[in-house]
Amino acid sequence: MKKLINDTDDVVDEMLDGMVAAYPDRLRRLPETEVLVREDAPVEGKVGVVSGGGSGHEPAHAGYIGDGMLDGAAAGDVFSSPTADEFEALLDACDAGEGVLAVVKNYEGDVMNFDTASDLAEMDGVEVATVVVNDDVAVEDSEYTSGRRGVCGTILVHRAAGAKAAQGAELDEVERVAQKVIDNVGTMGMALTSCVTPEKGEPTFDLDDDEIELGIGIHGEPGVRRAEITSADEIIDELTETVLDDLDLDSGTEVVTIVNGMGATPLMELFVVNRRLQALLDGHDIETWDAWVGDYMTSLDMAGCSITICAVDEELKELLGEPVDTPALTER
Amino acid sequence: MSGAAEAAIEAIEAVAERLEAERDHLTDLDSAIGDADHGGNMARGWSKAVTAVADLDDPDVATVVETVGRTLLSEIGGASGPLYGGSIIFASTELEDGLSAESAVAFAETYLEKVQDRGGAAVGDGTMVDALTPAVQTFKKSIEVDDIPPARALAKAVDAAERGVAFTVPIRVSKGRASYLGWRSVGHQDPGATSTLFIIETLSAVAEDRLDVAVESATDATSPTVPDEEPDA
Repeated sequence: MKKLINDTDDVVDEMLDGMVAAYPDRLRRLPETEVLVREDAPVEGKVGVVSGGGSGHEPAHAGYIGDGMLDGAAAGDVFSSPTADEFEALLDACDAGEGVLAVVKNYEGDVMNFDTASDLAEMDGVEVATVVVNDDVAVEDSEYTSGRRGVCGTILVHRAAGAKAAQGAELDEVERVAQKVIDNVGTMGMALTSCVTPEKGEPTFDLDDDEIELGIGIHGEPGVRRAEITSADEIIDELTETVLDDLDLDSGTEVVTIVNGMGATPLMELFVVNRRLQALLDGHDIETWDAWVGDYMTSLDMAGCSITICAVDEELKELLGEPVDTPALTER
Repeated sequence: MSGAAEAAIEAIEAVAERLEAERDHLTDLDSAIGDADHGGNMARGWSKAVTAVADLDDPDVATVVETVGRTLLSEIGGASGPLYGGSIIFASTELEDGLSAESAVAFAETYLEKVQDRGGAAVGDGTMVDALTPAVQTFKKSIEVDDIPPARALAKAVDAAERGVAFTVPIRVSKGRASYLGWRSVGHQDPGATSTLFIIETLSAVAEDRLDVAVESATDATSPTVPDEEPDA
């Protein structure tokens, strides 16, 4: 598999340097770490909002560092959690004395490393609150698994929490709105192809030309079901209905939708998907307040998409409508 | 440097050596139900820990142990860093007044408590907790109730950990990455429980050596078997 890389061991390091070189007035890298923070972190008088996770999901997470979203993000190796000391450095760097909210995706490595880092940071007097995003409706949430995975819904959590923090809210309020998004969001994804990690250099799983994988996560792990490829509309029907079943929305509910590309799917196809998604919601008497289409949380070079639906009330609409100014997302 | 700090450094070196020898074995176990990095992670982390403690200037035993935890935490990604490294850091505070039978029990108990808190796993979930819990409880009882010398108590803990490892084989895993395999996790030995056994086994061997006591040899740990004798009631 052809990739624009040098040494696989240097991919994350070189990517981070390249990001800072692209936005030198907005991002800085903490020395000796794989952590990026706002140039002006910690922001005086504001609760810090941070995130992080394995690399390979670009623009997540460092692409969302900036006004109205994150103060900093830690990047692990490809698809593996940052270590606890990296998270600890991130928490320390983004604490202006008002505390820090950590937005974590529900993967055991991420959760445990963040928790450990929180304990260590709290020993140093940093107040940390943590929310765990688990929006993936494909995975069974039962006592037999470690629960649902955190995927694209995370971006809405960054945005709501970031907006609340920017308004000067206290840590517990910032945590509350983050949790509100988590309680109201669901996502399901599908893959047309596997991704190829730099280290392995070949597809993580094999899909024939006429096969798709439904219910995938964002690490190239197999999904919950393999199926024959059908039309875009039929595939989107299944994803959308599964998410709607999970959310169980009342008629007339307003939502934010995200059609998210997995990294190698053209915008053309994502718009085709969005057309069907909006028609389906219309049929369910659900009103789309805002529709996002693009690559927000990817899985390297995987072709495919995910559908995210988040119910919004007046409070969330106000927060998700606030201006943001980050490398990956700008709205005035 | 105190004798306890020297003993700790010797134990760390021995653990690193043992885990290096078991690298492929642990990775094979992890390949079956996880992401095939446990052997490399443990060997690399402990080998870095040996280097880190060697760089300390006349440390006390708590500092030596805390340094191991810090190193594992920064070297090992995924869940193993926090579970092993984080728990060692927090437990090391129990050794601030030096190493004794009592402080060793306190260390073991705090370590177990931190692993359980962090991972949310209980006995029966098919994780390292299945090896660690009986080992810690046996160690505590041996010291506090039966008044057995520390090296003997550790040997009993090894025995208990072995049984715990064996117990992970026939059960369905409900915590950790292997839990996503559902019923397919039945029949597999847990890698974390296994590396936990190797560490306890090595600590026991070093203690036996340093305290110069002969302890009847343990069974072969690479394929845990249930001993013929019933454990002490």
